[in-house]
Amino acid sequence: MQEYFLLFIGAMFVNNIVLAQYLGNCPFIGTSKDTGVAVGMGGAVVFVAVMAAAITWLVQEYVLAPFGLGFLQTLAFILVIAALVQFVEMFLKKMVPPLYKSLGIFLPLITTNCAVMGIALICQREEFGFVKTVLFALASGLGFMIALVLLAGIREKLAVRRLPIAMRGTPIGLIMAGLMSLAFFAFKGMI
Amino acid sequence: MILTSGLTLFGIGLLAAAILGVASRLLFVKEDPRIALIEDNLPGANCGGCGFPGCSGAAAAIVAGKAPATVCIVSDAEASARVAAIMGQEVLEREPELAVRDCTGGLRADDAFHYEGALDCRAAHLLYGGSKACPEGCLGLGTCVRACPFDAIHMGPEGLPVIDPAQCKACGNCVAACPRGVIAVSGMTARLLHLNQTTDCLAPCRQKCPAQINIPRYIEQIKAGDYDGAVMTIKERNPLLVTCGRVCPRPCETMCRRQYVDETVGINMLKRFVADRELHSGSRLPVPCAKDTGKRVAVIGGGPAGLSCAYFLRRLGHSPVIFDAMPALGGQTRYGIPEYRLPKADLDWEIQGILDLGIEARLNTKFGKDFTLASLREEGFDATFIGIGAWQASGMYAEGEDLDGVMGGIEFLTAHALGQKPETGNKVIVVGGGNTAIDAARTCVRLGAEVTLMYRRTRAEMPADVEEIVGAEDEGVKFRFLAAPARVIGDENGKATHLEFYEMELGEPDDSGRRRPVKKEGSEQRMEASLIIPAIGQKPDLGCLYDDGEGECPLETTRWQTIVADPDTFETAIPGVFTAGDVYTGPDLVISAIGDGRKAARSIHYHLTRGDIPVPETTQKGMIPYTLFKEIDFVERKKRAVLPHLCHGDDRNCTFNEVEGSLSEEEARAEADRCLRCGLVCYDRDLREEPFLPDLRDQTKDA
Repeated sequence: MQEYFLLFIGAMFVNNIVLAQYLGNCPFIGTSKDTGVAVGMGGAVVFVAVMAAAITWLVQEYVLAPFGLGFLQTLAFILVIAALVQFVEMFLKKMVPPLYKSLGIFLPLITTNCAVMGIALICQREEFGFVKTVLFALASGLGFMIALVLLAGIREKLAVRRLPIAMRGTPIGLIMAGLMSLAFFAFKGMI
Repeated sequence: MILTSGLTLFGIGLLAAAILGVASRLLFVKEDPRIALIEDNLPGANCGGCGFPGCSGAAAAIVAGKAPATVCIVSDAEASARVAAIMGQEVLEREPELAVRDCTGGLRADDAFHYEGALDCRAAHLLYGGSKACPEGCLGLGTCVRACPFDAIHMGPEGLPVIDPAQCKACGNCVAACPRGVIAVSGMTARLLHLNQTTDCLAPCRQKCPAQINIPRYIEQIKAGDYDGAVMTIKERNPLLVTCGRVCPRPCETMCRRQYVDETVGINMLKRFVADRELHSGSRLPVPCAKDTGKRVAVIGGGPAGLSCAYFLRRLGHSPVIFDAMPALGGQTRYGIPEYRLPKADLDWEIQGILDLGIEARLNTKFGKDFTLASLREEGFDATFIGIGAWQASGMYAEGEDLDGVMGGIEFLTAHALGQKPETGNKVIVVGGGNTAIDAARTCVRLGAEVTLMYRRTRAEMPADVEEIVGAEDEGVKFRFLAAPARVIGDENGKATHLEFYEMELGEPDDSGRRRPVKKEGSEQRMEASLIIPAIGQKPDLGCLYDDGEGECPLETTRWQTIVADPDTFETAIPGVFTAGDVYTGPDLVISAIGDGRKAARSIHYHLTRGDIPVPETTQKGMIPYTLFKEIDFVERKKRAVLPHLCHGDDRNCTFNEVEGSLSEEEARAEADRCLRCGLVCYDRDLREEPFLPDLRDQTKDA
């Protein structure tokens, strides 16, 4: 049990997918201007990351590994994740229209989110079982969401402060992300 | 190996495609092809001004019937017409809307220092609740400028946002960004329907005005030389500005902050200046009206309340018909106010301007006799407004007051206005202390009589306007204070010859705060009189509401003979029947009748268009306490303007020519410059070299 707990906490804080692994920077900077948007994007990433990790685990375990095709992992996972996102989009549009509408533009954006791909690949690199894979994906997605919402909060405050013109917008966003990253390194001592 | 790899990837791809293919069949959502068509005709700006998530969201909403074809604020008329055509609709003329800023400024520069570098109104608002000296006014930090996607706002030289009407698309982003609510997107209809809210930036004068005229705005326009703009600002609340410019007792001026420096700003003089300018210009400024709704409203009574109600109903697109028992419209502004205060020709000109908007008037038509509420319904009127005024004079409750030679104040003034030449004789006693009493007295002076005005309290307690009392004194009216009528004495022919009266002394204050007069026993005296005019009070004549012989009134009434109605909506117990003016409030000011006439028109508009009548919880009813203060610093003293007198001596006492004139342009500009441009609490000081700047935050802590 302790193993799962540490895995969960570690994925969320210590090895935070965006602040420690530095994956998913594009949506991290692009959708962190508004807290409401950040929560929407974070929720969507959590959902897709868990689904993608689970399915890619199955693909790796039952298709690629038995035939010795591990080197096709990246290509295969891209295919799987893209198809999955498309499927989820169709499913939500039909079955849960309110959720589909609230996710809006974020759903297709996740297709190109390397954090999702990264989570799936890390699970394989670490040779997690299915349960650990799902748990790790969930924790990593939540870690992404926490980082995104925190940065959005900071950037909302920054938007109204006196800043040199050259620093406004993305530059100060990146600096803040770097400082947050340093701050998150403090979690290293937890495990 | 290459073959295996290719086959594997192909297999995964094929499987994914197959799953997606099956899924697309199973999870197919039929989408209206019109959505894509409409989206193609939208500009793709994704500005969010329509309130939907992107243009596809807006297109879906149009197809779903949740948004009109004109929902896109960026589209031009042609694009809207194309979208409407896809939906099988036609775009009707849309009332233009614009963002407007409603704040006159204040001490923003000092307060900006306290925001500790937060250059955003929302941040300042969050940090400190905004400027402590200006709770509802503009903070001047330019958040709205940054929020505008069309570059239609810039900060003016005084730190207030300036909106460019040519660029503004009325998207409302600035309204959403402003934490103080000093910017609003509105068209004419919205402005006419707006009631003062406590969250609005309301200067004290504007809070006090019964008609809710945007006084700071029109003074500002006069100061800038935009006289036509000032007229239109006033006409958004008051169609009788020529009349009010002459007879309004100016409740607004009692609240003017300038009085704590020297004297109040001559607000009504300024109103008269611009009103007279239009009056003498030879043309009328065009008054816009909304598109015809086809709804007909019967307006019973053509006095200030009825005229105001009809005017605003017409501007809102309805078709009112005014019914009046008298031979000409105007009500008591025509029959109760003498010619020397309000020339009939000027009143005629003003009323004609209202009728020219497309309002029908049926004169000499008496309610209850020539028509009833039932007959109006049968004629197809969708709603009715009752504004029949208060035409019945109250009695003196003195013995003999029904003798010949006793005539109520309003009856006397009406008879005179109708040209009936009431017999005054040479000694007239007018009983009362209000404006009607003074009007009757000054009219009798002009008819050649020697007039004594009898009032039971002292001069200081007279409710009449001070200028009117002074005018009466100048014209030779004698005053007999602390005297009250006891009985009227007549001769053998039943004609009044004397008035017996008691001397009075002042006792304890009564409900009105004035000291109650108490009669001195045994102090009876007699005064000779050829005509006695009791002008003690008026009440509505509600005989018209009773069915003949039945003795039952279809409307609920009070013991003061006024009609009962909802104080917020002016709707009576009968749905669709509204009331306002003196018949609802009892005798009150012309400006109050005009203001309530507009509020009733607003209610009627909502009643006709949506059924219910919304009254926001933040509607301003009394004065907003924190906007009132008694000390004003750093303001240079300047003399208040004085209205010129147009006639003097015998020419004044013997004719009914107008007594007071209007300000010159130079005087008006100087008077407008005395205005302190008050926002809610803040005001613009006119003395630039202050010895020090007070620390406003410290003041707040003390408070």
